[in-house]
Amino acid sequence: MSSRDKILAAVKASQPQLTELPKVTIPQSAEGLAERFTTVATAIGSKVYEISDLEEIKAIVSAQFNSSSRIISSLPEMQDIAETDIAQFDPHSLENVGLAILKAEIGIAENAAAWVPESNAMQRVLPFITQHLALVISKSSLVPTMHQAYEVIGDRDYGYAAFIAGPSKTADIEQSLVLGAHGPRSMTVFLLK
Amino acid sequence: MKETLQDHAALSDIFNQDEPRVNWHDETLWFVRTKRDRAVNTIPEWELLRETASQIKHNVLSNLSSYLEQFEANAIANGVQVHWAADAKEHNEIVHSILKKHAVNRMVKSKSMLTEECHLNDYLAENGIEVVDTDLGERIVQLADEPPSHIVLPCIHKKKEEIGDLFHIHLGTAAGEADPQVLTEAARQDLRSAFLTRRAALTGVNFAVAETGEIVVCTNEGNADMGVHLADVHIASMGIEKLIPERKHLGFFLRLLTRSATGQPITTYSSHFKKPRPGQEMHIVLVDNGRSRQLGREDFRNSLKCIRCGACMNTCPVYRRSGGHSYQYAISGPIGSILAPNLDMKKHADLPFASTLCGSCSNVCPVKIDIHDQLYKWRQVLVKEGHVSPVKAAGMRGMAWMFSFPAFFNIAGKSGRWFMKYFPFMVNNKLNPWYKEREMPAPPKESFREWYAKREKNKK
Repeated sequence: MSSRDKILAAVKASQPQLTELPKVTIPQSAEGLAERFTTVATAIGSKVYEISDLEEIKAIVSAQFNSSSRIISSLPEMQDIAETDIAQFDPHSLENVGLAILKAEIGIAENAAAWVPESNAMQRVLPFITQHLALVISKSSLVPTMHQAYEVIGDRDYGYAAFIAGPSKTADIEQSLVLGAHGPRSMTVFLLK
Repeated sequence: MKETLQDHAALSDIFNQDEPRVNWHDETLWFVRTKRDRAVNTIPEWELLRETASQIKHNVLSNLSSYLEQFEANAIANGVQVHWAADAKEHNEIVHSILKKHAVNRMVKSKSMLTEECHLNDYLAENGIEVVDTDLGERIVQLADEPPSHIVLPCIHKKKEEIGDLFHIHLGTAAGEADPQVLTEAARQDLRSAFLTRRAALTGVNFAVAETGEIVVCTNEGNADMGVHLADVHIASMGIEKLIPERKHLGFFLRLLTRSATGQPITTYSSHFKKPRPGQEMHIVLVDNGRSRQLGREDFRNSLKCIRCGACMNTCPVYRRSGGHSYQYAISGPIGSILAPNLDMKKHADLPFASTLCGSCSNVCPVKIDIHDQLYKWRQVLVKEGHVSPVKAAGMRGMAWMFSFPAFFNIAGKSGRWFMKYFPFMVNNKLNPWYKEREMPAPPKESFREWYAKREKNKK
């Protein structure tokens, strides 16, 4: 008997009588989503800019980031300041990326997490290997909690996707918070009207 | 890892020799507990989330064999190779065979308590494969040649100066440098070169979704993703109890997990791995290692609902004052104390007694595991099975006998109070284990029973 069959048989013999899955809906207020998102995002170390046009990103990027660093973006509108096609690159070649500007599909007010599926990440490693990360989120795609986020995601297919909330961080040394563990040292969110 | 023959109490004694350090450990973990409370108090529906998550997990346990088959079929359809390991040994052999197939002798690994449970690093080292743990806390304990002392905060027992010394030796930081910012930066640079050069990455699994065949891995540092996305081979090791039925259930568990663990609203990264990257190989190893046996133990099966947040440890007065290493099991604290005896009753018979049964663990558990009840029940199983020292067993029988005779209990209480009043040195001495670390209280003039009897009499 294979381990698979052994394990399945043992589990089947041991599992208790079937109980139903709970059916629960948790109602949430959709009031003030942008304010709530911004408050939490700031608390976890992100910088939030409200913008009404993608062009505004360029001025903020040139003021906030080193002009000589390598910038990559999933937004075609950024092509004069960033590389916008990296599909064929070996992921290791992204080692020297300074800033990635990516579109997120959903923003969650309760925890400032943003949904970045593989198609928006361009390469899976990009949102992690870049020294700084900026995400563009439409205000209309903000939801109150994780529950609504998964309602939006539904049964969408993807190979890989991630919720990203803030810059990479650690508090492993005596509970002292340090931003920039292995991933981005900073997170900027552009909330687009 | 070094094996010792000392039990939890003996190892706690050693931990308690440095009083300021124990106080610091205690306060640091309590600080994490208070962060958890602040986060939880902002969610009015918290109790509903806990109850729902507990019921979802109950459904998982009651239908686990079907969910496992469903998960396997979906993962295979996603292009993932699925392996089944009956025990730790088989798990380690499977991981080794995958690495051998790809001629890999160096691997990065993100946090996985299961691989600690299976002693994977030791096994691979014996087979000539170097493993670099990439979670900062785990890297620190790896450099110190120690196991993690906490499932979420692996080096919570270490002072920054000690970490500075380790980094000075291994990473070449300046002697005496102990600034967390500087030390973290040094680890970042060192581990970045590991990420860029290793062709295989192993991760743990926080949740596996039966409906879609995807796995979710939660980190704050981004180390799981850095490893996996730069590697040709991704191996994910998971206990069979990590399954949840549907993707939307992640909403409940992700809301509960990090608030309970560190008080953050969510981890920085909640990564959903469904299919391998084009050109990459992805393997999932499903591990039983005693879980099906625990599932069959009616009194203890709820322990399999655990989502490894560590809240029960942060709140536990015994854990905070004895340290994770005194438990001698990959998962320490209250939850570890109900999981470990399932694997080896004899070896871990001391753990269910390492508790005051105060119930704080059960109160903070995000999936409502009856942890302190299970600790109490394990004690009875262990005494019955003869895994408790004869002295403790005799003491417990004596107590049971005394409690069953109210008159004798009365006399014993009275004489105890009399002795404490007139001959305090009889109890305030080193032979009395209750005198350790504390002063004995002044004896009350009368017992509650005596007071109550008097009150009833005066009523009339």
